[in-house]
Amino acid sequence: MASLLSSNPTLASNPSYSFSQAPQNAAAGNREHAFYPYTDNGGSTLGITGNDFAILAGDTRSTSGYSINTRYSPKVFRIGGDDETGEGAHIILSVVGYAADGTALKERLNAIVKMYKYQHGKRMSVKACAQRLATILYGKRFFPYYVTAILGGLDEDGKGALYSYDPVGSYEREQCRAAGAAASLIMPFLDNQVNFKNQYSPGSGVGHDLEARQVTPLPFHEVEQLVRDAFTSATERHIEVGDGLQMLVITKDGIEEKYFPLKRD
Amino acid sequence: MPGFDFSNYNRNAALHAQGVPLPKATSTGTTIVGCMFDGGVVIAADTRATSGPIVADKNCEKLHYIAPQIWCAGAGTAADTEFTTAIISSNLELHALSTGRKPRVVTCMTMLKQHLFRYQGHIGAYLVVAGVDPTGVGLYTVHAHGSTDKLPYVTMGSGSLAAMAIFETQWKQKMTREEAIKLASDAIQAGIFNDLGSGSNVDVCVITEEKASLMRNYIRPNQREVKQKDYKFKRGTTAVLNEKVITREEISKYVTVHELSSDDDVVVVEKMDIDA
Repeated sequence: MASLLSSNPTLASNPSYSFSQAPQNAAAGNREHAFYPYTDNGGSTLGITGNDFAILAGDTRSTSGYSINTRYSPKVFRIGGDDETGEGAHIILSVVGYAADGTALKERLNAIVKMYKYQHGKRMSVKACAQRLATILYGKRFFPYYVTAILGGLDEDGKGALYSYDPVGSYEREQCRAAGAAASLIMPFLDNQVNFKNQYSPGSGVGHDLEARQVTPLPFHEVEQLVRDAFTSATERHIEVGDGLQMLVITKDGIEEKYFPLKRD
Repeated sequence: MPGFDFSNYNRNAALHAQGVPLPKATSTGTTIVGCMFDGGVVIAADTRATSGPIVADKNCEKLHYIAPQIWCAGAGTAADTEFTTAIISSNLELHALSTGRKPRVVTCMTMLKQHLFRYQGHIGAYLVVAGVDPTGVGLYTVHAHGSTDKLPYVTMGSGSLAAMAIFETQWKQKMTREEAIKLASDAIQAGIFNDLGSGSNVDVCVITEEKASLMRNYIRPNQREVKQKDYKFKRGTTAVLNEKVITREEISKYVTVHELSSDDDVVVVEKMDIDA
């Protein structure tokens, strides 16, 4: 049966076949087995900061292939809380990619932030937590946590802080970031609506002298609108995004959680 | 020479061997079903077309006309289902004209399988053929490699398991027209909500001895909610780097210019669906 399926004998035996990857018959009796440690669970996350707040949002669908594992699997978490409810936390984390690695990473960072408080008698700063997360990720440089993480909180001056990561720990503080399956759909929208890219001040000049629209931090209600529109739009055009939108908003008063249903098709 | 043009085959194969990926065809991920009832047959389909994980079309038509009383639901490569059904529809009409008889569903199914078998599965059309002819009611599935099935209820596409689960739990013998429509659309909805390759609306086509009626967007369970924000830009937001005015006199040298007095002179052939 395997020989029937494995190749086209007329092509492989033809001496004039010039391609570098001519189909070959696998040696009889030797079949390669492999272990695939990763799967992609789809979904998307998004973070935006304002003057005195940071928002992390993620859809709640978990997928594998064309199947839905569950319609409610959170991708945004509280870090450094007093108990399993996350009460008292002052940092938020979103993870998207391979869900098992996401959970493992969240658990690890949570434990580290708690240990920091017990050992030093003070809360870990968001800046320190961001650097620590980078070291955790790079620590698994050759067997990475297959996730794109975004860390949110308030900095020493009480301003909204957002740090985005790649799977092996390269990180950067930003105003906004989209990650996951629909990142390529959402990020250009954010560039335009948060950083006003490709927008100019009407009547400020002619041709190349036209001035770019001034970037100002957005108020909370406007950011929430952008986040909701980004996710309803991503749901329309990406099959792995949908079911529910979960948001964690961090301000000086603490962390507020919001949930909005998304389309389930 | 009739048939496909293979003149770029060697170039494309060489390119592919060097790592250039194949162009991505629009696939109708799809849930399609068919179900017989007392006096006719019903077929139904979802309306999502995908290209990888991206939704290419939110409201495409997967129910294809073959003959007045024969319709076909298509899954697989969108272009293949479109062209295969169109070719067989054309040939079946010529056949009906030369024989002076109404076309039969078996004839249609046989022509489809022979066409598809000849191409050894390279034409990725997975079809549900249904209709009513002088011999009675017919319902078949045709796979891309040319195999066929004749059954009282059928499902195909990536959502076929979700849809078949509904049929296997709710199907019964000698259903009424209304019961069959309900069952078929429930099966499609199972696909829409549980299979990521399927989505949006339910299209239904009912065929009886008297007539065939296509019910486009029979159920629309996935209407988008209104957006939170209005994204109208202030006039002048986009930079104008260059401006060139082409006068009517200039362009008249190349094309014929007609004066349109008002909007009602413009004939809208088909309105496009766009979000608010």
